[in-house]
Amino acid sequence: MVLPLFFQGALAVAGKNVRIYYTKPPVFIFGLLFPLFLFIAFFMGRGLALSRFYPGFLAMTLFFTASSVGPLITPWEKRDRTYERLLSYPLTIGSIILGDILAGALFGFAISLVILVASLLIFSLPVGDPFIVLAAFLLGTIAFATLGTLLASPASDTPATVMMLSTLVRLPLIFISGIFIPLADLGGAAQAVAYLSPLTYLVDLFQGAMNGTGVIGPATDLAALLAYFLLFGAGAVYFQRRNVMKGL
Amino acid sequence: MPAIEAHHLTRRFGSITAVDDLTLTVEEGEIFGFLGPNGAGKTTTIRLLTGVLTPDTGTIRIAGIDLRTDPLPAKRCMGIIPENSAVYSDLTAIQNLTLAGRLYGLPAADRNARARSLLADLGLADRADEKVRTFSKGMKQRVSIGCAIIHEPAVLFLDEPTSGLDVQSRRLVTGMIRRMHDQGSTVFLTTHNIDEANTLCTRIGIINRGILAATDRPEILKQTFDTTQSIEISFAREIDPSVFSHPNVLRIDQRGDKLRIVTDDPDRAVKYLAAWADREGVRIASLNTLGPSLEEAFLAITGES
Ligand SMILES: Nc1ncnc2c1ncn2[C@@H]1O[C@H](COP(=O)(O)OP(=O)(O)OP(=O)(O)O)[C@@H](O)[C@H]1O
Ligand SMILES: [Mg+2]
Repeated sequence: MVLPLFFQGALAVAGKNVRIYYTKPPVFIFGLLFPLFLFIAFFMGRGLALSRFYPGFLAMTLFFTASSVGPLITPWEKRDRTYERLLSYPLTIGSIILGDILAGALFGFAISLVILVASLLIFSLPVGDPFIVLAAFLLGTIAFATLGTLLASPASDTPATVMMLSTLVRLPLIFISGIFIPLADLGGAAQAVAYLSPLTYLVDLFQGAMNGTGVIGPATDLAALLAYFLLFGAGAVYFQRRNVMKGL
Repeated sequence: MPAIEAHHLTRRFGSITAVDDLTLTVEEGEIFGFLGPNGAGKTTTIRLLTGVLTPDTGTIRIAGIDLRTDPLPAKRCMGIIPENSAVYSDLTAIQNLTLAGRLYGLPAADRNARARSLLADLGLADRADEKVRTFSKGMKQRVSIGCAIIHEPAVLFLDEPTSGLDVQSRRLVTGMIRRMHDQGSTVFLTTHNIDEANTLCTRIGIINRGILAATDRPEILKQTFDTTQSIEISFAREIDPSVFSHPNVLRIDQRGDKLRIVTDDPDRAVKYLAAWADREGVRIASLNTLGPSLEEAFLAITGES
């Protein structure tokens, strides 16, 4: 089967990203250590029921891992002067961004799956509805990886700056989502704010599938994630195209 | 069918017009040299022609394919060595080349063999599996060339491919350009080395402040834009140029241990110099008459300074 040139290019870009960027220290620090520390800081030693907060933790892990590769790639390539050559290959901004999204999503998917399986085995937590969990994994990793590439758009060729900026954006999205206080317990204004965070819908999906305590409903959750994916994707294409020559 | 066709290209950056209404056709099989002072718009032109930048106005066809409407097929026909562009230092030489092959759509089965044989041609066979991070500048440039030609492109673009390289690496690069040309590729290159352009290129374009000022074969450019003739003479000992005075000696420039004498009549000037040396008992170490030079033509066209 011959894939259209656009997708061939995107897959080749994704392969390159996997090979080069998965092992970069910022991915490890902001993608893996960060959610782990947050988990330790908020959940450990407080006698909270693990099953109640576990869906939130899983969602947070998925959010952090999936969105940690994307911000790194474009600034890194601009700094290392490989970006111009990349643009000259049979690729478009769109296929480069898709390749970056695929690499980020795969990273988030793989690590979150390991955490899911490990915790299911160790703590014998409820599996929940496997189809909804799978759909949440797929759509969640793609939407958050797309957020990651959107965060790479600032016209900067300094990876450290972009990583810091992207952490500044991602942290509030966690605090306002229903991770630390379940959505059902939030009051009017706080709940309204929570609906702004894309993470809220993923937490709600996991809560619904695993604990049966979803508030919004899986169809709306999935639709919201899809909408965020489209929004982030359009933003990433727009800003990366606009800033394409900055830092070359 | 022309290899490169550009019509009325214009590209502005803020108030600067980097490329101004540039129309250019490069036929299949040419080696086209693109010259111009710093900031003239050479790199911008190459970026436009290779689809890295989009023009504000104008159209581009590569091997007959419209770059705006069919960018991906058009880009598959090209190989590009950007100015100051690097290869992936976290990958090995062979991984860089196979990645380029994959991006250019080479079948997986061919990529590895092609990459190995190309690296051998580039003198990097024994370093093929090392990370590029450890390579010297010249070695990186060779990997960069490998990435640009792994798919045997119909049109090859090179932006200052030999700048900063030693003699051996430069020879290797120009040899590679000639080889690609012999195999049927069209070549478009920029350089600040006018001698190199003179010996390598079948046709030359000169751009100045975004405007294409002249395009022609090197010899024609010389004859059209440099009407002066000169003699280059070197004596066995240092001679003060001010001792020479003759109506046909228009100007004398000191060039290292040589004197470049600009003249309107080489015959009379040579006879005068020889007679002077004989009279003074000074040995002539070398004597050459020089025709019009591309460098003088370049200066005449790009002017001012
Ligand atoms: N991304 C950019 N943003 C703003 N101005 C630019 C940009 N790229 C090029 N320019 C301007 O366009 C003009 C042409 O630049 P260009 O790089 O094409 O010159 P060049 O002929 O390649 O010069 P050189 O011989 O130094 O490489 C310059 O005035 C430059 O400052
Ligand atoms: Mg340049």
